[in-house]
Amino acid sequence: MSTYEPPIFEYSAPGKIGVNLPTLDVPPAELPVGLLRDDGLAALPELTEPEVIRHFTRLSQRNMCIDTTFYPLGSCTMKWNPKLHEEVARLPGFANAHPLQGDALSQGALALMDDLQGLLAEISGFDAVSLQPAAGAQGELTGILVFRAYHRQRGEAHRSEILVPDSAHGTNPATAAIAGYTVVEVKSDADGNVDLDDLRARLSPRTAGLMLTNPNTLGLFEQHVRDVARLVHDAGGLVYGDGANFNAILGIVKPGEVGFDFMHYNLHKTFTTPHGGGGPGSGAVGCSAALAPFLPGPRVRRRADDPTRFESFVPEQSIGRMKTFHGNFGMLVRAWTYIRTLGAAGLREVSETAVLNANYVQARLRHVYPPAVDRLCMHETVLRGQIAGAPGVRTLDIAKRLIDYGFHPPTVYFPLIVPEALMIEPTETESRRTLDAFIDAMLAIAEEARHDPSLLHEAPHATPVRRLDEVRAARQPVLCYDAAALARLREAALAETH
Amino acid sequence: MSHYIALTADEREQMLATIGVADVAGLFASVPAEVRFPPLRLPEPMSEIALRRALGQRAGRNASADRLSVFLGAGAYHHFVPSAIDQIVRRGEFYTAYTPYQPEVSQGTLQAIFEYQSLICALTGMDVANASHYDGGTALAEAAVMAVAVARRRQRVIVAPGINPQYRAVMQTLLQGTSIELVSDDRPSASLDDAVALVDDRTAALIVQSPDFYGRMHDLRSVATRVHAAGALLVQHFDPIALGLFQTPGEIGADIATAEGQPLGVGLNFGGPYLGVFCCNRKYVHKIAGRLVGLTNDVDGREGYVLTLRAREQDIRRERATSNICTNQGLMALAAAVYLSLLGRNGLRRVAELCYHRAHYAAAQIAGLPGYTVDQSAPFFKEFVVGCPRPVADINAALLERGIVGGYDLGADDPRRERQMLLCVTEMNDRAEIDALVATLGAL
Repeated sequence: MSTYEPPIFEYSAPGKIGVNLPTLDVPPAELPVGLLRDDGLAALPELTEPEVIRHFTRLSQRNMCIDTTFYPLGSCTMKWNPKLHEEVARLPGFANAHPLQGDALSQGALALMDDLQGLLAEISGFDAVSLQPAAGAQGELTGILVFRAYHRQRGEAHRSEILVPDSAHGTNPATAAIAGYTVVEVKSDADGNVDLDDLRARLSPRTAGLMLTNPNTLGLFEQHVRDVARLVHDAGGLVYGDGANFNAILGIVKPGEVGFDFMHYNLHKTFTTPHGGGGPGSGAVGCSAALAPFLPGPRVRRRADDPTRFESFVPEQSIGRMKTFHGNFGMLVRAWTYIRTLGAAGLREVSETAVLNANYVQARLRHVYPPAVDRLCMHETVLRGQIAGAPGVRTLDIAKRLIDYGFHPPTVYFPLIVPEALMIEPTETESRRTLDAFIDAMLAIAEEARHDPSLLHEAPHATPVRRLDEVRAARQPVLCYDAAALARLREAALAETH
Repeated sequence: MSHYIALTADEREQMLATIGVADVAGLFASVPAEVRFPPLRLPEPMSEIALRRALGQRAGRNASADRLSVFLGAGAYHHFVPSAIDQIVRRGEFYTAYTPYQPEVSQGTLQAIFEYQSLICALTGMDVANASHYDGGTALAEAAVMAVAVARRRQRVIVAPGINPQYRAVMQTLLQGTSIELVSDDRPSASLDDAVALVDDRTAALIVQSPDFYGRMHDLRSVATRVHAAGALLVQHFDPIALGLFQTPGEIGADIATAEGQPLGVGLNFGGPYLGVFCCNRKYVHKIAGRLVGLTNDVDGREGYVLTLRAREQDIRRERATSNICTNQGLMALAAAVYLSLLGRNGLRRVAELCYHRAHYAAAQIAGLPGYTVDQSAPFFKEFVVGCPRPVADINAALLERGIVGGYDLGADDPRRERQMLLCVTEMNDRAEIDALVATLGAL
């Protein structure tokens, strides 16, 4: 990895520019003097194109990524990002289409969206799909707002509680809260399922719904999912599906057929639109016919008068618009391409292989790293970083030591209900050779933990920076380039080494 | 077997044996048998050659700014995207990485986002910028939430006239489950002053868009003073390109500032992915939603970057969080960082000048055409409202025959604005394009 790279501002010198712009070809108009900015943009840097490219290229070399590295980050589905997708999303007719140019001038984009709505509905067993939400968390909020609108329309606005299992992603309770609901936590049982007795005790006339991730965040299929759904429905509630783990069940089971009323898809996980260092995502949603009238718009459909043409429309009782325009359209092109590349058999192969890979890793590591629940897992396995004979070693140490072996660490300390959790999601696109290398590294690290734990405590050793002082970052926050703050930091470092 | 999957049949057998199940189906015993392995009625898979052809045809059915002259804006803008940006954005090290939760192996993303935050602060004069929201509309909704969190017992947020109607719709949707009350004065004659007059001791914030949806720029210095005097916050939604010339939210004293960051090198993309820019006064940093990257040092004293002030975020705060944002628009923030670095102070000023002077040239030419009027009651930047002699839809149809995408039909949202067109002129529209637009309008 590339060595130190200074902040881009340190390359700046007066008079430089990194673009070739046209000169003014019209007579200048008078400027409204009172509205001009005072500072002449003095804080913006001045660089040439080669300086900018070299800087950001050198920064890129300080990242691990799927293109170079096994990245078994549980719950994130870091699968291969196909290269074709990057080409087709940039076709001029997609990349340069204005979102307000109107349906007549957007037939290619609308046709693709109509198609994708249908493909996602079929894969999940739902009746209707909206592609609007920008990310999984927005898909969740869409669902809970749809639940709210549904209950209100039925005169049941008093339903004020959303049930969330204790194993859920943080977005679930946060979503329910910002949608105006009280969050009621439901316990997991010893097998990692929702505890049915606890669920019964929490359900009441106040229940608006349950948010359920299936497979859950322990990587386990919720065996009683239909019982859970029945109990919630009997109480008058609705069942929300968090689709974060949908990669485990393509062609295996359809959420719409086991009692889910609504679900979001993470197109950036299951349907491999790239994670981009944190985004963009796409949180398309699917639902039952009863909830479809409340979906956010615009959606897309074929025109009644001419089924060869497409139109956008807003459902009659729509909760509204979750974001501007048509959703993260560039992500939709990629997801469509992925589904049409693989077809039905290919999608089932994705999930079968993802689950096979995860179970293989679990089977080979379970004697050293105890699984949170020792049963067959789905697409990911949650192990505990508690190595026999190495009491001083924590999951964080194991994760950091994996970096020295050339692997991105798994998700750590999640789900919260598992002490020292190591959440490993290999995905389907990794080879046996890569899995074996990772497993061997994990086993070697366990040996090191017993015999030379300092190797773990001090890891990583060969990265551009080593363990960072997160307390300093939070106590003395420097969130924006500040030459004085940087000088203080450099002086302190110098003083420490002398 | 697809070309994305690496296991051979032999390897599968060996792995199943290691696991101790007879076949792949045995891995799915926990799925109820009656619903297991449902048929998926999907079209047959396609080869890369066939997919490229099919998608090329589909893309070709869209109007696109590389083949037409585009004078349409209204929240999405045809600005110049330097070639260098995509070369960086397409580096696998950036686009195939995840959220930088492991800082030792994510310094590239972390430093790039830190520089994005810094460049946004330099552009806006604000103290703190976060690592992005989904788009301008969702950033503005988060601003309303934050203002109410800061103001505590004040629940009203006043929305000044001239806000993009899609932003208003997004706020109404996202805030419908909260106790936040969005208030606006919808009389056609309502002015910014009328909105300021609504600010009272129940008001957490006033939201003003400047340049507003109709292109008008407002002097917000006195507005900020009056809003602050009433104990409320001022939220400005700005156009990042306009800041190449015009007063910044920092200068006028805005407490929170948001923008659609799409003009900063992101491209049109039929509406997304875009970039929600969010910045604020440092006093409110603990109330900000989304990710923040901060500077620190490692155990050897070297400078490095980490995600920081994490206690604000949903994965830690859970039901006590004020936002559920997790995934953001990181790659678009990277594009914006590269854009601002390439343009720098000289380039950004030039782009703003090109927009301003060309828009005013176009406005003057159109104002001289019989039957057309141009609203010049307030200073404008790159968009302006044209009163037309015929329905806007008819005019746009005629323009399209000449290869021109005309302006936004304001009558479509608001019947009081029938025959009004919102035209947008940027650095992409040279004089010849403007002259062709004017000639076509004049010949109708």
